This record gives sequence, C-alpha cells and structure tokens, in this order.
Amino acid sequence: MTTPTSAAPSRPLSPHLGIYRWQWTMALSILHRATGIVLAAGTVLLVYWLWSAAGGPESHARAQALIAGWFGRLCLFGWTVALFYHLFNGIRHLAWDAGKGFELRTAYVSGMAVVAATITASVLAWVIGYMVK
Amino acid sequence: MSYRSPLGKVRGLGSAKDGTHHWWMQRLTALALIPLAIWFVVSVVALLGQNHAAFAAWVKNPLSATLLILLIAATFHHAQLGVQVVIEDYVHGEGAKLAAIILVKGAALVLAGIGIVSVLRIAFGG
Repeated sequence: MTTPTSAAPSRPLSPHLGIYRWQWTMALSILHRATGIVLAAGTVLLVYWLWSAAGGPESHARAQALIAGWFGRLCLFGWTVALFYHLFNGIRHLAWDAGKGFELRTAYVSGMAVVAATITASVLAWVIGYMVK
Repeated sequence: MSYRSPLGKVRGLGSAKDGTHHWWMQRLTALALIPLAIWFVVSVVALLGQNHAAFAAWVKNPLSATLLILLIAATFHHAQLGVQVVIEDYVHGEGAKLAAIILVKGAALVLAGIGIVSVLRIAFGG
C-alpha cells in the first residue's frame, strides 16, 4: 500500500475485509457491492446487444446467437440473479436511508426476505422465459 | 492560527459546496431504476425467441424508446457513482485511484452514448 503524501501514514483505511467475522448481515452488504460490480460489467453486454440490434437483422442475429450459447446463458443467468439481488437489497437500503428497519431482528428478517425474493424472481423469470420461447 | 470556530469554518460549505450531491444522486437514480429495471426484465422476457423485426417494432414504440433511454441514462449514472465509491474504498494509491475513477466515468459516458444512439437508430431508422 502506498503512503499518502499527507501526514497520516498509518491511518486505517476503510473496509478491511480481513478483520470482520463473517456473519449474515455483513455478507449481504458485501454481496450488494459485488452484484453492483457484476451489473456494471454486464452493461457492456447490454450496450453490445443494443448496438448489434441497431446494425440490422444480421448483426442482431449474431448477438442473439452469442447470448443464446451456453456461456451467454450462464452470464445472463448470473446477471439476472445479480440484478434481482441488487434491486431487492437496494430497496432495503432505501428503507434504511429513510431511517426504517435498523433493529437487528428486522435487519436479519429483511435480509432473508431479499434472498428469498431474489431466488424466486430469478427462477420465475427463467421459467417464464423458457415457456414463452 | 485562526480565530474562527471549527463550526464557523465549515458552516454552509461542503467539501466542494455540494457535500451530499453524490449520495443524493445515487438514491434518486436507484429510485428511478426500480420501475425501469422491472419493466426492462419483463419486456426482455416477453421478447425472447422473437426476430429482429419484432425487436425493432418494440424499440420503435415511443414509450419503449423513451424508457430505454431513461434506463440507460439512470443505469450508467448509478453505476459510475457506485463504482467510484468502491474504487475510493479499495484503491489507496492516489494516482491509481484518480486514473481508475477517470477511466470508469469515461467508460460510463461512452457506453451510455453508444446505447442511446443505438436506441435512436432503431427508433428512427427505416
């Protein structure tokens, strides 16, 4: 780690992942960041998909074929899970911003609700997706 | 030494006179993305297995085109704000931190631009 030029060389800098004991709420908090990064990376795929569609039927078909392959599907499934998790947990964060749900028990229960909703919505989206297709 | 009280020095001044702007924009875009993301997932699922003509017809609908552009704008604004905080937390070298933030913000602008132009090309194309 490089030392900042200002006079505070050994000031502890935020988040030191190594010092926390793993527990439910902090794991979900880290997962919010992780899914955010995954989604940010996934935007490249989204833009590629739109760009290909704008290029006409041939380039659109090429992009669709790439996404429909096993690797494309795997990425897309991961992206679906990340999107739903970030969406539901984001709503949980907005509730915290409004000053609600800070009690330990509530935080645990809302965390479990987020995970349950993520699994349900992801599976549902893919089941319906395979049904309409 | 200064004779001003600590409170007097900071009152009315954020670090750059916009202390909570980053935080507030992150929340506003989050709020906007709740309905936009749900609409997008539902639309994409409904479009599965359809050809280019069906896809283009969907984008040509003025409501879809507007929502797509809003989705792209909100997504990239939200994403670059979020990734910026992650970089500020984990990249401690000042030079590397600045470079990474500039890179992320630049990439977000470029990708958002390409995305919006793509939507407009389909929406107004033949």
